[in-house]
Amino acid sequence: MTASGSPVSPGSAAVPHLDVDPFAMDFFADPYPTHELLREAGPVVYLDKWSVYGVARYAEVHAVLNDPATFCSSRGVGLSDFKKETPWRPPSLILEADPPAHTRTRAVLSKVLSPTVMKQVRDRFVAAAEARVDALLEKRSFDAIADLAEAYPLSIFPDALGLKPEGREHLIPYASVVFNAFGPPNQLRQEAIERSAPHQAYVAEQCQRENLAPGGFGACIHARVDDGEITATEAPLLVRSLLSAGLDTTVNGIGAAVYCLARFADQWQRLREDLSLARAAFEEAVRFESPVQTFFRTTTREVELSGAKIGEGEKVLMFLAAANRDPRRWDKPDSYDITRRTSGHVGFGSGIHMCVGQLVARLEGEVMLMALARRIAKIEITGDPKRRFNNTLRGLDSLPVTITPA
Amino acid sequence: MPAITFIHPDGKFDRVETGDGESAMQAATRHGLDGILAECGGNAMCATCHVYVDESWLTRLPDMADDEDALLDGTASERLPNSRLSCQIHVTPALDGLVVKLPERQV
Repeated sequence: MTASGSPVSPGSAAVPHLDVDPFAMDFFADPYPTHELLREAGPVVYLDKWSVYGVARYAEVHAVLNDPATFCSSRGVGLSDFKKETPWRPPSLILEADPPAHTRTRAVLSKVLSPTVMKQVRDRFVAAAEARVDALLEKRSFDAIADLAEAYPLSIFPDALGLKPEGREHLIPYASVVFNAFGPPNQLRQEAIERSAPHQAYVAEQCQRENLAPGGFGACIHARVDDGEITATEAPLLVRSLLSAGLDTTVNGIGAAVYCLARFADQWQRLREDLSLARAAFEEAVRFESPVQTFFRTTTREVELSGAKIGEGEKVLMFLAAANRDPRRWDKPDSYDITRRTSGHVGFGSGIHMCVGQLVARLEGEVMLMALARRIAKIEITGDPKRRFNNTLRGLDSLPVTITPA
Repeated sequence: MPAITFIHPDGKFDRVETGDGESAMQAATRHGLDGILAECGGNAMCATCHVYVDESWLTRLPDMADDEDALLDGTASERLPNSRLSCQIHVTPALDGLVVKLPERQV
């Protein structure tokens, strides 16, 4: 992994070429040295391995996210360029769309997942978090991923959506395929797609109006068809967005927060002394671990970004995780500090495509951490944490812990 | 540079100088002001930079877009007729001296 100073492709003389594969297993195992290399090589880099531009500093990541007219999403937010390749599934109507089409569908999901709706579901989310802690206190020793980070969102989100009880075991594997598919055609992506058929079939079925319970997020999306805001063929695809992006992301977010609080005892203590820091503790974990590590955009025209010329139709890889630890933007970026002012971090993205479910994620994170900190004195890691490998998501596969009641 | 006064619920206040092209929210967070959370970073998606605008300034502010209007329905502290999201108040020289009150809670 070295940065060569030699100018190569025409029109991008100032752009350093790096021999780095940010989708390789050794990178996933410890991405931080490479993140630093990417940031320090220049504001814009070129990754020869996949023939893409990359941005890893906060300023450039933020700039790309906030210029959707130049850095579009409709050609895919993974490596695959939808203009040249057939997408592995019908494109998302929100994630993989540009204005004006995106504006309309986005408005629907924003309303379904609004602050007003969060107030309505809050009590249910709190009760489920308390019930989860009850179960964990009985066990004392458990896997903080399966028994906490997965079990909690699984106990509320599918119900909030209005899904049937049967077949929910497909949800996390489906999301895993979706996030692997944003990556390059490596083994992770190929295998994920090869095995995706049963998960895809399940998801397609659950997105239909008749399979979604009244009052849930899914039914609320379909109700917009009656108002004429979206068509009957669009509604199932918008429900699909919640199934793709609403579960595995929060699993990794809560997993990140628990992993942070178990590692950094002083921060756990701080949280226990002031439970009102629970929401901030979750938010800082999203910055610190960045469960969603990367996304791509595609240039719609030739553009100059921080002095680097990028041609039309080029893929640009945004290292959200590296931006969230850019020392140009963050004081002591490698410290997990639950009192940090995290506003502006790009763990949920930024701009028009910023995570539409961010309020659900924060609510889940806040109430879960608050329930844990109120009733548990200590979380000890009792075995080696095992990492789960995915082209886009960062998180653990297992985290053995033992807890001491308060 | 235009300045904004933020009045805290306890009556104390902070006068904040705004930078070029900043929103009231950005000026507040840049100064580390307590009481403005801005979880979404200024994307009009979270309703945690809620302020009550001093009545005398209300008509001088830019009009409210539909998304801001909808978000204000979900604020943690009560929505009042003078409620706005500070991320949507872009400070111009005409707003020099703007006075806003901070709500009790943002979440």
